[in-house]
This record gives sequence, structure tokens and C-alpha cells, in this order.
Amino acid sequence: MSDVAIIGIGIHPFGRTEGMTGLQQGVHAAREALSDAEMEWSDIQFAFGGSSAAGNADAMVNDLGLTGIPFMNVSNGCATGGSSLLSAYTTIKSGQFDIGMAVGFDKHPRGAFNADPEASGLERWYGETGLMLTTQFFGMKIQRYMHDYGITSDSLAIVAEKAFNNASLNPNAWRRDPVSKDTILNAMMVSDPLTKYMFCSPAEGAVALIMCRADIAHKYTSKPLFLKGAAFRSRPLGSFEVFSPSLEIERGPSPTVGASEATFEMAGMTREDIDIAQLQDTESGAEIMHMAENGFCKDGDQEKLLHDGDTKLNGKLPVNTDGGCIANGEPVGASGLRQVYENCVQLRGAAGKRQVQGNPKTAYTHVYGAPGISACTIVTT
Amino acid sequence: MSNQKPIADNLFTWPSDKPKLLGSRDSETGRYFFPAKRSNTHEQVELSTKGTLWTWTVQRFMPKTPYIGTENPEDFEPYPVGYIELPGQIMVESRLSGVKAEDLKIGMEMELSIEPFVKNEDGEDLMMFSFKPSQDL
Repeated sequence: MSDVAIIGIGIHPFGRTEGMTGLQQGVHAAREALSDAEMEWSDIQFAFGGSSAAGNADAMVNDLGLTGIPFMNVSNGCATGGSSLLSAYTTIKSGQFDIGMAVGFDKHPRGAFNADPEASGLERWYGETGLMLTTQFFGMKIQRYMHDYGITSDSLAIVAEKAFNNASLNPNAWRRDPVSKDTILNAMMVSDPLTKYMFCSPAEGAVALIMCRADIAHKYTSKPLFLKGAAFRSRPLGSFEVFSPSLEIERGPSPTVGASEATFEMAGMTREDIDIAQLQDTESGAEIMHMAENGFCKDGDQEKLLHDGDTKLNGKLPVNTDGGCIANGEPVGASGLRQVYENCVQLRGAAGKRQVQGNPKTAYTHVYGAPGISACTIVTT
Repeated sequence: MSNQKPIADNLFTWPSDKPKLLGSRDSETGRYFFPAKRSNTHEQVELSTKGTLWTWTVQRFMPKTPYIGTENPEDFEPYPVGYIELPGQIMVESRLSGVKAEDLKIGMEMELSIEPFVKNEDGEDLMMFSFKPSQDL
């Protein structure tokens, strides 16, 4: 079986783009990726893509060209992008096709997501009485974690401050103005202990990646990157997930733990091998908990790591180098692919002012979302 | 006094002087579920009315649909929510009543309370469960 290379990357800037549909932003990203790989759409043999709220990805063929390729729509909540990537990876691995695209885009209205209980297999009263909000889940999960492991609100603010600082160096980010730690801590509380600057917002944006068999990658680029591991997991018994009217008393691991283990096993690598990580930061607390769930530190060690600056651009393990979800917003269909896009930019040494120094060679991504799903990747030079 | 009815069927025993949440227990695994699951391996069980606060937060903005609270955004009052650990059974997510956010503490003793939530078109109170700090001395 052939390894899989990433040979083209494209993005439509995240944030709010009036007058442009999510689908059009997806087309923009796809064309950017084709141009990056110096390819035509007719070179693409298959595609996987999806959005959560902006239509079917296969409608992009109206703009990209009616070449008759199999274009499969993916709908998998917050892991839509990750699932598209994994599907493209498996398709190439299987030998069915040599070159394909994974694309994700979205366009959400302002404000928190409004969830439909029945779509999640829940009863209506759960939504009607004001219990079905993602923001509550995030507040409650980090509240308990802070209690158990001595994490402080100061650390929550350090994570958000870092996100805005990194985004200020990223022309494709949404919120590019630095915000001070004091401003973050004293801002309006949204769901205790999380203030408004600690949360990401639903937003817009698109990312496309072109992948191919590793042994033909040099035909298209002088600097191919290699997808060494990619895995997806749903929730195991005892995990603490969004939209749970009840939880098991006996606590278990999150889906992230399983997805991360499988990804490292597939790549034959360890945490110490990773130079950069993009970890799901739906809010500050999530980034902190995900540092441990992905195995990069022990529960509670984050307090010191964050205060020592270890996850800043110049730290030992830079985390969310493009500003993460906090500063890019979360267009659900594109969010997981944005992480991989940023890793490719960093591994190419093309990240400009936010470039991590020392020629990073290995990069990790982790996306997490409702109703308890997680997908991880490892990309190397 | 207006008529009262539960916001949903099979959520808690009602009417009752001592209402209890209705869960179910899987006879094969012994696991508890809330709300009750309808399955041929599940038996309905009344859950404990007392437990401890496992975690909490405060809902500080007015939820969008499908929320049916009748407040206006201007007079919306933030409400605390949390998970209550019912020993030996399950943790239940619930609104928390009769307590201010600054007084909430993980581990505090809580007890079930059935309270009016909103009125329906017929003027009936729709009753919803919540947990409030335990009144036991």
C-alpha cells in the first residue's frame, strides 16, 4: 500500500464574508489548492467534502467543472472535515484512486448554535428548558477539571491571549487584534468560568487539501508532506460529552484518548516526536484539557506549562499556531481541515511572522465535537 | 390555583407528594439511564431525590430555539445548571434553583424540586424538575 502525500492546500479566509455563500468559499479554497499544486480540476480523480450548515459539497462541481468524478458528501458534525480527510486518505491507501481532494466549508449565523434535540436522539424537553447548549457543557467540563487538577482562571486567560497573539500574525484569521489577559479575565461571563473572549464563535471559512499517492507526489511539488497517521473515534462508555441529560458516575476516557492513541500507533511515533500541535480549542478550557487527553502532558501539568510559555510560538510545543478556533471561529465543516492546512504551512516554512523556528518536521492535529467525536492526524515533512 | 402538568411524560412521578425522577435500569448490565430508555431489557426505576453537585455553570445569555422560556432578552435572568450525582445510580443534568451562583460549590448536597417552568396555551403550569440545596439539617 502506498503512503499518502499532501501536495496542494487552499483556504478561504475565516471570519465573516458578506455576499459570499459557504459553497462559494469552498470553491475559492479548492481553486487555491489546485493552483498551489499546479493542477487542473480535471486532474482530480475523486473528492470528499462537507459542510454542516452551508449545503452539499458536491454542488461545487457546477463551478469547478463537470468532470464526472465521484464527489461524496460528508456530514459528521464537528468532525466533518476530519472525516473527509480520513476518507480521502483511505481511498488512496486502498489503491482505488491516486489523486483526490478533501474540502470543507461553512457559514453559520451569528451567536451560539441552536441545537435540535430530536436530531441528536434526545427528547424535546431537554432543549425546551434551556439545557441543550454547547456553552454549558464546556463550562461544566472545565469547571470540574479545574476543581480536580488545580487549573486556574489565569491559565484559561493565557490560552485565549495566545490565540489572539498568534492570529495577529495570520492574515487568514478572523480576530486579529491582540487582547490582554486582564481584558479576557474581566470580560462578560458567558458560562462560568468562561468569559466571552475564551469562547470561539460559529463563523465562515473554507479549506481544501489535495492528496495523492506518496510515490507520485514529486511530480507535483518539490516539498510534499506526508500524512503518517489519521484516526477517528466516537465516544466510549463513561466519557463526558456535550448534550448529555445524564452521565455515568464511573468516569471513563474521552473519544480523544482513543483517536490520539490510534493516530500515533499508525504513524509509529510518540508525543516527543511532535514539533507543533493544533488542538481543538472550542474554548480555552478545551485546549487545556486536550493537551492531556492527547497525551502531551499529565492532568494538572498544564498550569505550569502555560505559565512557562511552553505552548507559545517560541515554546517547546507550540499549540494552535494560527490562533485556533478561538481566533478563527468555527465554521464546522472547515475547522478540522484548517488545522491540517496550518500544519502544512508551518512544515513548508511558509508561515511568515508566525513561523515556528527550528524547521519543524512533524505536526499533529486534533478536532473534537458533538456528540462526542474526535479525529487526529500526524503530518510530517 | 392553576392546573399543573409535567413538561414531558415519563420524566418524574406526578402528581405526587414526594415526586421522583423516572430513570431506567438495564437488567443485563445494571447501568442506570435518565431519561428512561424504552427497551425490552430495561425496567423503569424511581431515582434518588438526593445527591451532590458534581459540576456546574451558569447560563448567562438567553437560549435560542427550541427554548420555550417566556422571558424577554431584557428581563432574562441567568440560571445555574449542573450535574447532580445520585449515589449508586447516575449523574443527572438539571437546572439549579434556590441558590446564587456565588454560593455554588462542587460537592454540596442537593435535593429534587419540581417547579413551574412556563404556562402552556391553556394556562396550565408546565412543571419541570430542578435541584436545590438540601434542606436537611
